[in-house]
Formats: sequence, structure tokens, C-alpha cells
Amino acid sequence: MTRLLMKGNEAIGEAAVRAGCRYFFGYPITPQSELTHYLARRLPEVGGLYLQAESEVASINMVYGAAGAGARVMTASSGPGISLMQEGLSFMAGAELPCVVVNLMRGGPGLGNIGPSQADYAQATKGGGHGDYHMIVLAPNSVQEIMDHTRRAFDLADQYRNPVMVMADGIMAQMMEPVDLEEDNQIQLPAKPWAATGTAYHEGRNVINSCFVIPEEMEVVNLRLEKKYQKMRQSEQLCDGYLLEDAEIVLVAFGTASRLCRSVVDKARQRGIPAGLIRPITLWPFPYDFIGEIAGKFKCMLAVEMNMGQMQEDVQLAVKGRIPVYHYGRLGGMVPVARDILEEVIKLYSGGADR
Amino acid sequence: MKKVFARPKTLKDVSYHYCPGCTHGIAHRLIAEAIDELGIQNTTIGLASVGCSVFTMDYFDMDMVQASHGRAPAVATGIKRVLPDRVIFTYQGDGDLAAIGTGEFVHAAARGENITVIFINNAVYGMTGGQMAPTTLMGQVTKTTPFGRKKEINGFPVKVCEMLAPLEGSAYLARVAVHSPKSIIQAKKVIKKSFEVQMAGLGFSLVEVLSTCPTNWGLSPLEAVKWLEDNMIPYYPLGEFKKPEGVA
Ligand SMILES: Cc1ncc(C[n+]2csc(CCOP(=O)(O)OP(=O)(O)O)c2C)c(N)n1
Ligand code: SF4
Repeated sequence: MTRLLMKGNEAIGEAAVRAGCRYFFGYPITPQSELTHYLARRLPEVGGLYLQAESEVASINMVYGAAGAGARVMTASSGPGISLMQEGLSFMAGAELPCVVVNLMRGGPGLGNIGPSQADYAQATKGGGHGDYHMIVLAPNSVQEIMDHTRRAFDLADQYRNPVMVMADGIMAQMMEPVDLEEDNQIQLPAKPWAATGTAYHEGRNVINSCFVIPEEMEVVNLRLEKKYQKMRQSEQLCDGYLLEDAEIVLVAFGTASRLCRSVVDKARQRGIPAGLIRPITLWPFPYDFIGEIAGKFKCMLAVEMNMGQMQEDVQLAVKGRIPVYHYGRLGGMVPVARDILEEVIKLYSGGADR
Repeated sequence: MKKVFARPKTLKDVSYHYCPGCTHGIAHRLIAEAIDELGIQNTTIGLASVGCSVFTMDYFDMDMVQASHGRAPAVATGIKRVLPDRVIFTYQGDGDLAAIGTGEFVHAAARGENITVIFINNAVYGMTGGQMAPTTLMGQVTKTTPFGRKKEINGFPVKVCEMLAPLEGSAYLARVAVHSPKSIIQAKKVIKKSFEVQMAGLGFSLVEVLSTCPTNWGLSPLEAVKWLEDNMIPYYPLGEFKKPEGVA
């Protein structure tokens, strides 16, 4: 085991290389650019390729081609670029192609700014592209987790033959923290007998496709995909709890916001307020089961997000109206301040749950 | 009895969905024959695009990848970078390539991406019902240019080969037509050459095939080939626009 001080962006790149990813197609955008700088140097060292595409539309389609040819492949962007990739993501989900897409979110809508944000939550978890599809969305909250989840994302993508998104923000991308790197790096890449590699290289004829003109056939495909998404919902929900045993007021937050909330919980406890924290790690599938099972024990929940309450809706769905779910958010590239969140917690706790 | 004519091995024995008299089928056959003659059926991956030709994925007997509208050259780039020793070709219409996909084919050419693009120019959007394409001729009547294409409204038709010629990455550019036996024989030679250029690793190759769409032109198949000859060829001259050194 080696311990290294790494930036989030570098950790994503290194994790990808260690996961056996050898192809990265991308287009510059802040705050993701350093990841491309890292991989442009790192991939050739391992016989891989970094290719700068002419646009995000092209990059995701290069990813589509590379994935269709059986490679482990990744791209990364931020909001405006991810918007351009939605078409490609829908096609990849339709053609059942695995890939990892990293979204390091910034302030929006529109060109917005380069401040950290969590405003692409709904785009990532509710589709974004057209048609009935889902993708697993992982939300790390430390550089170590960025490393671990990026690496895992490749396995999940291959396991389900589906795009997987790793979603964080500019703070996560720029933050430096120590990470543990495992020495043993013998990865066993799964066989992909379905890939289009030329008929000389596999049995039969492989066609990568999402076009089914006959409605009866398309419906069968949709139902098959839905089965897969159902399996993801059952097996992949992931979240973290902090001081939930005796909590009465529970904060729900992911990524950067969850780190702030953890210290808010500690500060609240120092003041005698029994606060706790739930941190969704998979944003899709959202941890409905875990939250749903324990929600009744608490007086209320407070969703803390760097958006207008996009995750709050999912928390409400999980809670099924049994307790109130409030929202506290900072927007547009602003980061919530622990003191302000604490004030909100104190207000809610002293004012009861009927504020 | 000696067999002198047969279906190319690379074409599956299925019937096409194309309209009667449509020359998409001729273009398919020429590609399949070229692939047969080069003996590369098992090492070639074809890309179907969006438009009437989307079902090429059901016709070519090889691995196929269906790409979204206009993006085939980017998808082909991804495949080629992973599998540089395979032969990769895209099959794209004029709406697909020269409108929504302008960015992708220009940059694939600029990169000198070692792929072959077969570009079917029928001067109209076929599948969606006959709207104007970037290649629609001046004065040509389509569903969205009911009074004829006018430069004041729609600008000028795009000449793809001429446009790519100055790019250093483009190695082989040619325009052919499939309206007469003579032009078809020439088209076959050129298509085969475009694959050979790729196999020799010389860079980006594109063959523009002037093709007919009798249905959306509102002409009989015979009138359509005549219209192609009389109207398209004068604006889109046939020939080889760029050839790598050493290629005859
Ligand atoms: C993003 C997107 N926009 C529009 C369409 C609809 N569409 C399907 S085929 C087509 C035109 C294709 O025309 P062309 O490339 O000339 O091919 P042809 O049908 O003439 O062979 C269009 C616009 C689509 N499928 N996807
Ligand atoms: S619509 Fe035109 S291009 Fe399409 S199959 Fe019919 S004739 Fe051919």
C-alpha cells in the first residue's frame, strides 16, 4: 500500500488507469480539465490513448465506438458538456454499452460559472437523455472515495452493460487529500463476446444497436432493460449513516455538502441537539429502502444540497410523508457555510417540525 | 454450368426495404463486392447511420454498429482507436453527414482518422419524407423548399469533397455516381480504392456517391437517373479530388 497526496481530478484519472481503462475521449471544461491533463500523460505510459475530441458530442460518441469495440473507456465533463452528451448516453443505454462518465458539476443553468454545484442531480438521476433508461450515479465525498468509486464504476458498467456516472463538483475535483493506493494491480477484464470486433474474432455476427422499429420488439427491449434497472435498484443502493441511533433531526446530503453536514451534526450535538446524517452514495438508485425503513424514527429531515431541492424530492419519496422533509441550499456555485446550516438545524429543532 | 454472377458473400440474403428504383441498393452491392474482393469481410466493422440506410446493419454480413444521427465518424474513431488493424467504414446520407454531422466528419478528416466514409448524396432527406438537405440543388423543390431552394433563404449546396480537399488529414476523396452501368463500374473501383487506402494506413478516405431518391424527387426510377445526370453531375462533378502519393 502506498499513501499519496492527490487531487480529486488526479485520483479519478489514476483510478481509471488502475481499473484497466485505456481510452479517454474528452473536451476541455473547468473544473474537469486537470483530469484530462493527467490522463494525457498517464495513458500513453500504459499503452493507452487520450484523444481530445472536437466537442462533447463527439467525445461521447467516440466512447460509444470504443465501448462497442469492447474497451474499458471513460469521458468526463461538467454540466454544459454533460448536456451535450445526453444523446450519446441514451444511445449507449439503448445499445447496452458500458462506460464511465464523470460529471464535475459547476454553477448553472446555461454557461453559469465554474463554482461547485450539485444542480445536475435531476439530469443525472432522472434520465437526462431521451427514452426510458437509467444509469448508476455514484457520489463520492473524499479523494479516497473518488478513487474507489471510479474504479468500482468500471466494474458496475461492465456488470450491467450500462453507462455509470461518477458525480462530484469542483471542490472534490480540486481538493487534495491522502489516498491509499493498492500495490497489486492485476485486473481481470471481463470477456465481452458481444462486442463488434470483426467476425473473425468471435462466434456469429455482432450488431451494436438501439434501433427497433417494430413497437412489439422495442417493448420487449424496454422490458428487458427495465428488469436490469430493477436489479440495480435491488442490489446497488448505497448510503452512509452517521449518529442515527438516537437522532431526532437528520440531515441528508451527498458529496461536498455531506462533509459540511458532518461537522454540523457534531456542532449540533455539542449544543445538545440530537442530529444525525444520512449520506446517499448512489444517487441512482437512490437509497429509498434504507431511508424508508428508518425515517419513522426521526422528527424531521433536512436535505442540504447545492441546488434548489432536487434530491429533497427523492428524500420525500423515501419518507412517504411520515415526517416533514425540509431543504437548505446554496446555489449558483456558492458553498453552504456550516454555521448557516447549523442555524437552520437549531431553528428547525427549537421550532419543532412544523415551521 | 459456370456461375458468372452471384450475390456478394458480404451481403445477407434478405430483401431490402428501399423504395423501387432507389440506388442505395446499388451502393450496398458495390461495397460488398469490394469487401469480398479484398477478403476483409471478417475483419471489417461497418457503421450504420440514421436515415433510409439505417438498416445497413441488417444487410451487410459482418459486425455492425448503429450510430446516432451524424455521429458515425466519431463512433468510427472510437472503434478504430481500439482496433487499429480492422477496416472501419461508415455509410451516411447527406442529411446525416453534411447537416447534423458536419462537425464529426470534418474533424475525422482533419485528424486523418484512418477510416472510410461512404457518403450517399441524394440531394434530399429521404427517410423523413423529402425535406431539403444541405446538398439540395438551387431551385430544387422539396417539402421544405416548396418554391425551390433559394439562396436568400437557404444558402448554397455543400460540396463535401471540395470542402475536405484542403484538409491535410484527408487522404482520398472521390465523387462517383450510380446512375449508369459505366458510372457504376467506376464507382466500384473507387470504393475499393478507398478501402485500400485505409488498409495501407494512409488516412481518411471518403467516397461521395451521387444517388437517386425517386420517391422524394417525385420521379419514376428512369426519370430519376436522368435527373441525376442532368442536374446533379453538373453541380457535383465526378472524379478523384485527392489521392495519396503512390496510389494509381
Ligand atoms: C437527432 C435526430 N434528428 C432528426 C432525426 C430524424 N431523421 C431521421 S432520418 C433523417 C434524414 C436522413 O437523411 P439522409 O441522411 O439524407 O438519408 P436518406 O434518408 O436520404 O438516405 C432525419 C432528419 C433523428 N433520427 N435524430
Ligand atoms: S425514400 Fe428515397 S432514399 Fe429512401 S429508400 Fe426511398 S428512394 Fe431510397
